[in-house]
Amino acid sequence: MAEVQEKVETKVREPKEPLFSKKNKKLITDPLTDNNPITIQVLGICSALAITAQLKPSIVMAISVIFVLGVGNVVISLMRNIIPSKIRIIVQLVVVAALVIIVDQVLKAFAYELSKQLSVFIGLIITNCIIMGRFEAFALGNGPWKSFLDGIGNAAGYGVILIIVAFFRELLGSGTLFGFKVLGDPIEKTGLYAFGYENNGFMVLAPMALITVGIIIWIQRSRNKALIED
Amino acid sequence: MALNTDKNSYTVIFSVMMVVVVGALLAFAASALKGNIKDNKRTEKQQNILFAMGVTDENDPNEFVPAAKADTLFKQYVGENQYIVTGSTAQKTIKAFDIDVKKENDKLKNDPSYERKMPLFVGEKDGKKYYIVPMRGNGLWDAIWGYISLGSDFKYISGAFFDHKGETPGLGANITEAYFEQDFIGESILDENGNYVGVEVKKGNADPKNTRKDDNAVDALAGATITGNGVTAMVKKGIKMYMPYFETLK
Repeated sequence: MAEVQEKVETKVREPKEPLFSKKNKKLITDPLTDNNPITIQVLGICSALAITAQLKPSIVMAISVIFVLGVGNVVISLMRNIIPSKIRIIVQLVVVAALVIIVDQVLKAFAYELSKQLSVFIGLIITNCIIMGRFEAFALGNGPWKSFLDGIGNAAGYGVILIIVAFFRELLGSGTLFGFKVLGDPIEKTGLYAFGYENNGFMVLAPMALITVGIIIWIQRSRNKALIED
Repeated sequence: MALNTDKNSYTVIFSVMMVVVVGALLAFAASALKGNIKDNKRTEKQQNILFAMGVTDENDPNEFVPAAKADTLFKQYVGENQYIVTGSTAQKTIKAFDIDVKKENDKLKNDPSYERKMPLFVGEKDGKKYYIVPMRGNGLWDAIWGYISLGSDFKYISGAFFDHKGETPGLGANITEAYFEQDFIGESILDENGNYVGVEVKKGNADPKNTRKDDNAVDALAGATITGNGVTAMVKKGIKMYMPYFETLK
């Protein structure tokens, strides 16, 4: 599962740093490209396979994870000096579970429609290894603001891959984008289908998500040789 | 900080505190929001029942009626025409709305001799009657449920609504999509000899345009075999229980 990479830069009392210093900006931009949680750290694959058959749920999932990871990282970071290291994983799990349940309840009470759409994601968020991975690797050793940026950055990096994969899976698998029939109607044989094009039913199944992620990793590593480990 | 976080006593105290704080927080959230959540569930049920009898949003026939109007419209179309069916008899009571189909199913499972209370809603729209049957079954991951309305011939389905707890988004979760639900409209639940067979969710592009209404089958969803089978089983079992009562109405 979680492969904990950077075991945290050690805590140094730094002189006052501007909120968006170069280093802080890198916390957001790095996970989007060269340190992407899915393609480089290979975290969060499970949910990336499960929900990327269509674009809409992928975007909803991306937003939910951005929220939970952003807030969760801050909470863990604020508690980092009082958490007993022996039970830190349990504490992390409790924080993320409590957070997600509260969000779920509030949505059910005040935004019922939205909570219906999110239903299955709520459970998937708790099991997402990116969240535990970032708590463990970053928030436990860094201040709240940095942890917040790191959380947003990693969740966004996860979301970007989710949306790319969902784009290809929905387009090639169902011939639609956001449910709109962009390639014509497969039953009425209009648009592209008039020329004998067929949807690739395999694309809607989970294995093709893994292959799509694999292709993204391949492209990314062939463009940036520094990412290839020997 | 001079806090020794490695001590056993500290760990124990910390975990106890954590459980108390988080427990209190969650309990508070749950009880503070309970009323709202209950109201929302009630509204949703009204919307579902109305949807199954073809009462939908004015601007979009694939959407529910707006939540704010659900109560008024429910009173207008269904009102007190609610029944609790047991065997081949029925009792008119508005308590039918509060019957939990899941609990009734569980009771029947634990005690086969239990006389299951079956809620039935009778709606009337443009002079036509809709007999709306709630049902519940199992999908791939978790529960699925729905409402199916039958015309007064008790042969053809006049509307359907399905929902689920945790089917895979983009695959099994598509049973909530209007294009799937609409395929059920007009389907016959009886075979050519008039025997009850239900409606099958059939794979293999059986009838993608859904032109054959007497084949007792609708086209399945790609990548959602088990959810589809769950719908088949749920529909078949769900309506069958009511058939003894429907026979008396014919």
